[in-house]
Amino acid sequence: MPRQTEILWAIAIAIVLALIALPFVESTYVVTTVTEILIFAIFAMSLDLLIGYTGLVSFGHAAFFGIGAYAAGYLAQMLSPNFLVYLPLALLITAACALVIGFFSIRVSGVYFLMLTLAFSQMVYAIAFNWTDVTGGSNGLSGIPRPQIELFSLQWSFEDEISRYFLVLAFFLLSYAALRAVVRSQFGHVLVGIRENETRLRAIGYDTARFKLAAFVIAGIFAGVAGVLYAGFNRFVSPGEVYWSASGQVLIMVIIGGAGTLVGPALGAALVLALQNVVSSSTERWSTIMGLIFILFVFAARFGIIGLIAQIMEGMAVRLRPALPKEINGHPPN
Amino acid sequence: MGRPVRSPLPRIPMLNLTPDFLLIQLLNGLSSGVLLFLISAGLSIIFGMMDVINLAHGSFYMLGAYFGLTILRVTQSFWLALILAPLLVALLGLAGERFLLRPLKGRGHLDQVLLTFGVALVLADLVLAVPGWGGTVRALPAPPELAGSIPIGKGQYPVYRLFAIGVGLLLALILGLIITRTQIGAIVRAGVADAEMASGLGINISLVFSLVFAVGAALAAFGGVMTAPIVSLQPGMDADTLIRALIVVVVGGLGTLRGAFWGSLLIGEVDNFGRALLPDYALFSIYVIMAVVLLLRPAGLFGRKT
Repeated sequence: MPRQTEILWAIAIAIVLALIALPFVESTYVVTTVTEILIFAIFAMSLDLLIGYTGLVSFGHAAFFGIGAYAAGYLAQMLSPNFLVYLPLALLITAACALVIGFFSIRVSGVYFLMLTLAFSQMVYAIAFNWTDVTGGSNGLSGIPRPQIELFSLQWSFEDEISRYFLVLAFFLLSYAALRAVVRSQFGHVLVGIRENETRLRAIGYDTARFKLAAFVIAGIFAGVAGVLYAGFNRFVSPGEVYWSASGQVLIMVIIGGAGTLVGPALGAALVLALQNVVSSSTERWSTIMGLIFILFVFAARFGIIGLIAQIMEGMAVRLRPALPKEINGHPPN
Repeated sequence: MGRPVRSPLPRIPMLNLTPDFLLIQLLNGLSSGVLLFLISAGLSIIFGMMDVINLAHGSFYMLGAYFGLTILRVTQSFWLALILAPLLVALLGLAGERFLLRPLKGRGHLDQVLLTFGVALVLADLVLAVPGWGGTVRALPAPPELAGSIPIGKGQYPVYRLFAIGVGLLLALILGLIITRTQIGAIVRAGVADAEMASGLGINISLVFSLVFAVGAALAAFGGVMTAPIVSLQPGMDADTLIRALIVVVVGGLGTLRGAFWGSLLIGEVDNFGRALLPDYALFSIYVIMAVVLLLRPAGLFGRKT
């Protein structure tokens, strides 16, 4: 009976196996690119928890990626290069910032939410730019050590690309599983309810503000996970990671991939970064291409790659319906 | 979009709070405030009327400045640049409204935000690609007749900044009169209040949209040329200005000219005094103002409660 579920599981397992096999068949260049894609996939999925599920369009999500990355970079240099030490601390810092920023931001909705998150992320940018002692200011934070894991007598350092790839892959799969559990839980259903009709949910008796804040903090934490991984992967963090164009880029990934699903944003991250790698090796006009693709997607593929796939599948008479949001960007139906 | 560059304004040491210093800072804030008004006026009215958050509005400002640069190089006339550059940008705005925005009508904010962000990315990159424009910081000098300084108190003050204040205030007055006193203004106000209703009353609302969009683009471009002799042209100027204008619009209240005006002056002064007194925290001051206003009066200082 559940044939489509079986097909989806088969596809999922095939993708995971392909990701595990990748470093053994592909060059270091490809492995490095895919590592970056997986990091940004976590970032994009975290944003989609807000945009696609809760209906909160944040234009400042790079703030939490940046806070995670800066915190990880600083702690790895100053405290301990042990991943197991600085990861939880950096995530704690990110969560605390998300709690404060979220507390203020969720008090407004719609366009105001978009602009307030933008403003807060620019404040974080200003801090990154000005707090030279910690962030390195405009020069950025450089010389971040490679991640190491020390647990009792076990030592594991991620010096080569392949071991780092597996570290990032593990976190990608964990993050995907965790976010999937979140959106499938009762909590996740309440978030979708907020997206569809917040007034009604409030009338039923849900304290929607609390749910939105929780979603904001969870999204912030996973963006922080991506940031922490990025710090160890890139070994350099600059204020550009927090700038509004970075928030715009991850928003692009979510929209191009398909908001309201978790796979979509991951695909969006893959498409954007793969294109960036291909295009920027042949032309300097990467931003132009990016902008044009973006415009094209707004016009031609409203629900992103996932929407396109769903259309094709439906054409093939396979009943695969990802939870396409009816209207995630219009006025909330009050 | 690129990386923004630190403000080219000089750092002024603290603890120098003489009356002269305060007056000069007040004038500096006023001049950047009225110039900011030129950009935020269009952004605010376009949002109020068409429900479009135009993230490419900073690009109009930037294009105005760069068109002005080229016109100045060719004709050697600042005044021609000041007139022609806004006209060119108005045409671009007209085309953008007609062929990109209008097909998206009724699609909601997110799609428009995305579209205009895409346009902003393309325009920022194109400016980098044009020879003689991008790549480095460019200067657009003030016209020779306004190049000097006049004494204010014990110091000197550039004439051009006073000229900018005058032009900005004059344009604000003219715009205010047009909006409140003329039939066109009444139509625009009707469009802001309820575009559908206005359309039902026989107003050709899509024509009004086009015109408002073009005028908004021209104003931003005019602001770009006017600002260029004060701060130089550089990559990132579009984003920098857009974000400031967005903050003004939010602080003042979406869709009101009055809000854009007082919001601009407030942000101009706060930003300027922030830079002068606490240079290390200057980038914060305007965001703090925005956050505080949004929390206390979510609709902005002059916005209608919704």
